[in-house]
Amino acid sequence: MAEQALDDSERRRFLIRLTSVVGGAGVAATCVPFVASMNPSSDVAAKAETEVSLNDITPGAMRTVAWQGKPVFILHRTPEQISAASASGGGLDPEPDSKRVQNPEWLVVIGVCTHMGCVPNKEGAGWVCHCHGSEYDDSGRVTRGPAPKNLEVPPYRFVAADKIVIGKAG
Amino acid sequence: MPGRVIKWPESVIKWIDQRFPLTSFVKHELTGYPTPRNLSYWWNFGFLAGFVLMLQVATGIFLAMHYKADVAHSFDAVQHIMRDVNYGWLLRYMHATGASAFFFVIFVHMARTLYYGSYRAPRELLWWTGQALLLLLMATAFMGYLLPWGQMSFWGATVITNLFRATPFIGDQVVVWLRGDYAVGDATLTRFFALHYLFPFIIIGAVVVHLVALHTVKSSNPSGIDLAHKDNIPFHPYFTIKDLYGLGLFLIVYSVFVFFMPDSLIEPANNIPADPMQTPGHIVPEWYFLPFYAILRSVPSMVGGVVAMGLSVMMFAFMPFLDRSRIPGGAHFRPVYRAQFYLFITDMLVLGYVGYVPPTSSTLLVGQWATLCYFGSFFLVPFISKAEEGWLMRRGLPAEIAALIESEAIAIEKRKLRHRRRKEDRA
Repeated sequence: MAEQALDDSERRRFLIRLTSVVGGAGVAATCVPFVASMNPSSDVAAKAETEVSLNDITPGAMRTVAWQGKPVFILHRTPEQISAASASGGGLDPEPDSKRVQNPEWLVVIGVCTHMGCVPNKEGAGWVCHCHGSEYDDSGRVTRGPAPKNLEVPPYRFVAADKIVIGKAG
Repeated sequence: MPGRVIKWPESVIKWIDQRFPLTSFVKHELTGYPTPRNLSYWWNFGFLAGFVLMLQVATGIFLAMHYKADVAHSFDAVQHIMRDVNYGWLLRYMHATGASAFFFVIFVHMARTLYYGSYRAPRELLWWTGQALLLLLMATAFMGYLLPWGQMSFWGATVITNLFRATPFIGDQVVVWLRGDYAVGDATLTRFFALHYLFPFIIIGAVVVHLVALHTVKSSNPSGIDLAHKDNIPFHPYFTIKDLYGLGLFLIVYSVFVFFMPDSLIEPANNIPADPMQTPGHIVPEWYFLPFYAILRSVPSMVGGVVAMGLSVMMFAFMPFLDRSRIPGGAHFRPVYRAQFYLFITDMLVLGYVGYVPPTSSTLLVGQWATLCYFGSFFLVPFISKAEEGWLMRRGLPAEIAALIESEAIAIEKRKLRHRRRKEDRA
């Protein structure tokens, strides 16, 4: 009886499979910390949000701030710029201006060209990217290619009338 | 209908086999590799050493992604790893505990070789490649210990690099050359990091040489008798499963240290940033260097101490020459050698203790006696082993053993005779 039980190939196969699955799960679990260690560490993650005080940006002026290592353009728009932007529906990637701002006076966009990742320069009524000649208007919408999309609007919220936090939507 | 279609993965393996000896290699060196059936768990430690090596390489590479070798940043980089990096604490504790585990496993591996006489012919080269691996491991561990840039790191590196002042004539220049500075500093740290990253790969290469030697002469076994073709069994599944079971036991102990007492293996003083202007009150090396450190301290002259310490590590290499007994098998069949083995282990523990405590006149005396016993036991091996052999033979050996020694002696005689005849023919 006992010898027969030892030779039970069905039982043996089951045990081998069970052991392999448990062992495999253990190896997979061990890989987790190794892979996770390559994700942003908590000091990097702490830089995920950037607080910007707006009170010293005069109307018509623009400030570039760093958020998660990328430039963010904050443009204090004048009434003329606002009316020009809301009058147009956009160029290559149509989008109403009202969907791109929380407060029409303040335009907040990521200053990375949607074509190849260069930083466009503020020129005239918008931005020009000198890498490949893309142009954007004062709402950050692309008006001339090769860029395919409008400048991205980062998640942000007003914590006060003159202070925003970039990184988390309100 | 065409011939039988070979399915994946057989077709892939066949494709490879026509271009590279995959199947025959795996069969020859792993699955079918002949292994003595009577290996005990003491034979697990070679595999464990290989496993810990892989663990150290894996954790080390991931730690290096977050580490900075710069005197201004290294201490903080380790704190950054411990606090900010995801699971950084785990990687670092695994790596620090892994260093101790590596030495523990290697010491058991060596003790097994000494106890069972595995260093004897034809395994001398296997033993010597192992000796080289021990030296590489010590160098790697020592350089790695500097990287956290704590007080113990700094003063450990200072003391050990200072040992090279014992070099004749150019001692001082050698020390400066090693450090790249007049004291252990930024240049020392960056080169130690570079070499600490390089050495494990040299170790892997040396392990391959070690394994080629092993697979040429095959494993020794507790009986000491060559069992080839008689009592060997394939490595797989018998020893894959035995090694894996041993690995499970090892990992339990390792995990207890990693998860519950990781700081027991890290000197508290190493949590203080390195200060070149202030030596800690009591500096000790890591536990695995303690016996050798005790020997260094026991010799009153500086040069003598350094030479004694170097010799104490190298003495093991002489064992194939020192042990003159023809009695096959390990200490199990040789009562005097067995007693000597246990006395030697005790002596190592005494030296370890002496190396740990601050030097006083009494511990100094104990250390000197223990050092004398350490070297004495090696020097006495040739005489004791020969006397023991005579005593065992007079007492009467089992017929099989006597026949084995007899045939061995006849083979040697024949070889000598053939050699002499060939010489005469030429003349």
